[in-house]
Amino acid sequence: MENLILLRFIPLIPLFGAGLNIFFGSRWGRKNAGLLACAAVGLSFLLSLWVIAALPEAGSLKDTVFIWIESEPFRADFSFRADALTVVMLLVVTGVGLLIHIYSLGYMGHDEGMIRYFAYLNLFVFFMLVLVMADNLLLLFVGWEGVGLCSYLLIGFWHHDHTNTIAGNKAFVVNRIGDFGFLLGILLLFWAMGRHGVWTLDLWELKASAHVLSPEQALLITLLLFFGATGKSAQIPLYVWLPDAMQGPTPVSALIHAATMVTAGVYMTARLYFLFSMAPVTLAVIATVGALTAFFAATIALAQNDIKRVLAYSTVSQLGYMFLAVGVGAFGAAIFHLFTHAFFKACLFLGAGSVIHSLEGEQDIRNMGGLRSYLPTTYWTYLIAALAISGAPLTAGFFSKDLILWQAFAGTRGSMWLWFLAWLTAGLTAFYMFRQFFLVFHGPCRVKESARAHIHESPRVMTMPLVLLAFGAVFAGWVGAPEFLWGSRWDRWLEPVFGGAVEPAHGEPFQELFLMGLTLAVAAVGFVLAYLGYGRAGRALESLRPAPGLSLLANKYYVDEIYDFVFVRPLTRSAGWLAGSFDPKFIDAIVNGVADRVRGSSLFWRRLQSGNVQHYLFGFLAGTLLILAYYLSQ
Amino acid sequence: MGIVGGDLSVMVFLPAVGALVVLLMARGMTGALLKTALAFTLLTFLWSLRLLWRFDPALAGMQLVERYGWIPGFGIEYHVGVDGISLFLVLLTTLLGPIVILASWTISERIKEYLFFMLVLETGMLGAFVALDLFLFYVFWEVMLVPMYFLIGVWGGPRRIYAALKFVLYTMAGSLLMLIAIIYLAARHYEVAQTLTFDLLRIYQLSLPYEEQWWLFWAFALSFAIKVPLFPLHTWLPDAHVEAPTAGSVILAAILLKMGTYGFLRFAIPLFPEATLAAAPAISALAVIGIIYGALVAMMQADLKKLVAYSSVSHLGFVVLGLFVLNLQGMEGALYQMLNHGLSTGALFLIVGMIYERRHTRMIEDFGGLWRQLPVFSACFLVVTLSSIGLPGLNGFVGEFLILLGVFKNSPWWAAAAATGVVLGAVYMLWMFRRVVFGPLSRPENQKLKDVDLREMAILAPILALIVFMGVYPKPFLARMKASVAQVVERLDSKREALPLVVEGRKETGSKADGN
Repeated sequence: MENLILLRFIPLIPLFGAGLNIFFGSRWGRKNAGLLACAAVGLSFLLSLWVIAALPEAGSLKDTVFIWIESEPFRADFSFRADALTVVMLLVVTGVGLLIHIYSLGYMGHDEGMIRYFAYLNLFVFFMLVLVMADNLLLLFVGWEGVGLCSYLLIGFWHHDHTNTIAGNKAFVVNRIGDFGFLLGILLLFWAMGRHGVWTLDLWELKASAHVLSPEQALLITLLLFFGATGKSAQIPLYVWLPDAMQGPTPVSALIHAATMVTAGVYMTARLYFLFSMAPVTLAVIATVGALTAFFAATIALAQNDIKRVLAYSTVSQLGYMFLAVGVGAFGAAIFHLFTHAFFKACLFLGAGSVIHSLEGEQDIRNMGGLRSYLPTTYWTYLIAALAISGAPLTAGFFSKDLILWQAFAGTRGSMWLWFLAWLTAGLTAFYMFRQFFLVFHGPCRVKESARAHIHESPRVMTMPLVLLAFGAVFAGWVGAPEFLWGSRWDRWLEPVFGGAVEPAHGEPFQELFLMGLTLAVAAVGFVLAYLGYGRAGRALESLRPAPGLSLLANKYYVDEIYDFVFVRPLTRSAGWLAGSFDPKFIDAIVNGVADRVRGSSLFWRRLQSGNVQHYLFGFLAGTLLILAYYLSQ
Repeated sequence: MGIVGGDLSVMVFLPAVGALVVLLMARGMTGALLKTALAFTLLTFLWSLRLLWRFDPALAGMQLVERYGWIPGFGIEYHVGVDGISLFLVLLTTLLGPIVILASWTISERIKEYLFFMLVLETGMLGAFVALDLFLFYVFWEVMLVPMYFLIGVWGGPRRIYAALKFVLYTMAGSLLMLIAIIYLAARHYEVAQTLTFDLLRIYQLSLPYEEQWWLFWAFALSFAIKVPLFPLHTWLPDAHVEAPTAGSVILAAILLKMGTYGFLRFAIPLFPEATLAAAPAISALAVIGIIYGALVAMMQADLKKLVAYSSVSHLGFVVLGLFVLNLQGMEGALYQMLNHGLSTGALFLIVGMIYERRHTRMIEDFGGLWRQLPVFSACFLVVTLSSIGLPGLNGFVGEFLILLGVFKNSPWWAAAAATGVVLGAVYMLWMFRRVVFGPLSRPENQKLKDVDLREMAILAPILALIVFMGVYPKPFLARMKASVAQVVERLDSKREALPLVVEGRKETGSKADGN
């Protein structure tokens, strides 16, 4: 461990940018506010590169700013730390973040709330950087809830429409439910370690001494922490907020609800891999939840018609893959998929944003079609990203997804069932992505005549990030190729972090190749079905008729309605009863009843309640002194 | 320690001097009256900053002590001092002094009497926080009551008489018992030590049998529980808040409620440690019920002031829970949370007052879409709301976390139950915020509202700054609280070891962690 004061500036510069824009933004105008925000994130990106260069071999860098909360034996510092895992996250947050900031210059250029938008966006980057750079669990929690705040603010960014702010509230509250578990997990961890004489929430100290915990303690702690992760990272049962979060501006969906914030849960479990590795039951739960979420969300994505909602369910599904990897103990693979996913999913969201932008707000893919000739750059980048998420050979998604599938099958904690669900999901993914792709870009143009004249490719400031992200969607995966190709630099990079935690999956290279072939085959089937259904000229329109069997999917399995019935309504009903009847008619009535009885029984008391408080006070003090005098004369 | 100087007395009585000055001024000079009151409260605040300067964080005991005979015949003394427990409560009071005067700028009716009562009230509150003589404390305790009664009863809303009476009768009922207990204590001390005294520090040394402690504890506890207010003694609070003028609500929420929790920490707990240990489960249970109950009832309120009032029941439940886990984290957290609640709930009432002045309604349904018309106001409102729901990085989180940390150590299940209050807090606060500030600006009455002016910014800015500062850098506060709180905890721990029967369940976890 070495000290590097530079570290603190990585998060602080975006915070400073946000502050400047909040207080002075109106003075220098929208355009400069946007440029300032981009410059702040750009600087953080450059500093992050510096950190990579300065990172000692197999070590970490540390920067303690000050003691934050201290109440012996408890102590949590405001202190940052960077190791190999951190810098991966730094690259994603500041790198992809910078591209999305630049894209926003174009996308939000005409919005009157642009200054506020960039202030929130900078603030988000600050909290996200705190999250990934925190050296203790409580500071991580600051970032954790802070990004939730920014998510809340940005989902409801266009706050004059209640649909948006309701979605923002839902996101915050559902995340709070998860945080309830997270917080209890932190508390339990602290006292359980303390019982063994280790008083710390410092992640590195925890890593060194977590082995003192009993298996039961580790199980309970990790289950609670994982519950927190299901909120932030949108897993069953708390995924319901993410699709609604699409109400925010599209670059926000790309940054917060695809590339960075929603992956915080994956980061947290990877950061605490030493704890999770001690709890095999928790890992099994995580793998199951991950695989089920991946499959379940992919089925919903099949029947969605909103261009962003398809991507939202796709994100839920891909996060499921990451947790599947965590659950089988392949933490490096989880982070690898997090890394590649950031590129291709951000590219898809920004591409969708480009489409929405050119169609002046249209989001229904049934009203699109044939946009290929109008939006050539968007078309090609979208195609590349869609291929990447579908796992086409040699794209980023191909490497990271195959790694997860292989670990799910051959890893010591893997199983046939987990692999099978993930494999099926791979097919579904190719299908829903290309269903959307063909409906948007191919076939006849179904855009309204009036709007058709205005369709235009987005400005350079928006297409340039698309091109760079598409580049990443292909090449970001090459660092983690399987051994039979050119080998993985990724594993070597993360080796000092995860150490010997990951037992190598034992299987023949032949087996790995065979499974890879199976995955490619199922993805190809998905692609072909999508093409047959939506890609051929003349087929598109009739295939858009609502299929009767799909209404369950289109309605998202009615999960929102079920939650409403089981949780929300009983809660509001009982609260209503407490507020409307119990408190005023019972609790208060008892008190007033006592008062009334007293008043009725005595003229003296009635006079006392005449409202003249001096009488009362006088009597009171006189009485006091009398009692006192009596007592003392004894 | 002897007489160190008159710092505390000057601070306590400066507002009273201001009250006299106001009384001597002519009735019609509204502006001059307000400025005089503002000057005196500001001066008091500046003077109180001296305490921060002179306070030694390393000492657990009383500092800046002043002690004079007052009623020698009864052994009653004028005896004041501060320690880590009262220091910041005193500063909170002096900080809010000028703020509430500024918030009263728009009052036109009987301004002279109004300011007189406000200034007397400040002296009463400051006196109660620094008093070290039980009788003196009781006098200040009652001195607070009268001005508050008039503030509600004269400058209040339509049901002000009902609310004011309810407030006074409730508080009086409790304090009567406390007075009897105080006199009993003095008499018992006389029996044992043959000197008549109401000196708190000497009465601390008295060790009474458990039976006696039990009665005395509950006599004090009832009085404080009403003030807090602890469920189910809370119903006076929403009425008092709804009817009180803005400044009254602010003082009530920010300071007067803290008298209850401060009373527990200063009197009930250290005076009767064995009884405290025995009563802790019952009081903690009521506190947890209060946390959830207050939140649920707050959720359904249509009136903004009522909503904030019930949220106080929930937040103060947290404070009481933290106090009665009787360990360092819980008690420090509780003390910190008293300050946080004072700031954020005080600010919420100020904010509600600001829109009430503009629209003459407090009903949530009458608003909506305010952000468009009042962006600065809405941004301030947002920060305060986030502070109230305990967002990490703001002040509320530090207190809540320390309380939960302390509670979890003794009883994880109660911590879990209390933590649901954190979830519910987000539900009702954000729901309220959404309905008031977001959405379409559809009502024509709301379309011409003006954003906050300079005076209102001056009211909110110091509170907002503290909300952020105390969330990011609590160390200067916690460092000054620690020694005094630790002393209370140590005292309890020593009794706890002597009383294995009562506390068997928590002995194992209790002793190890508290050592400093």
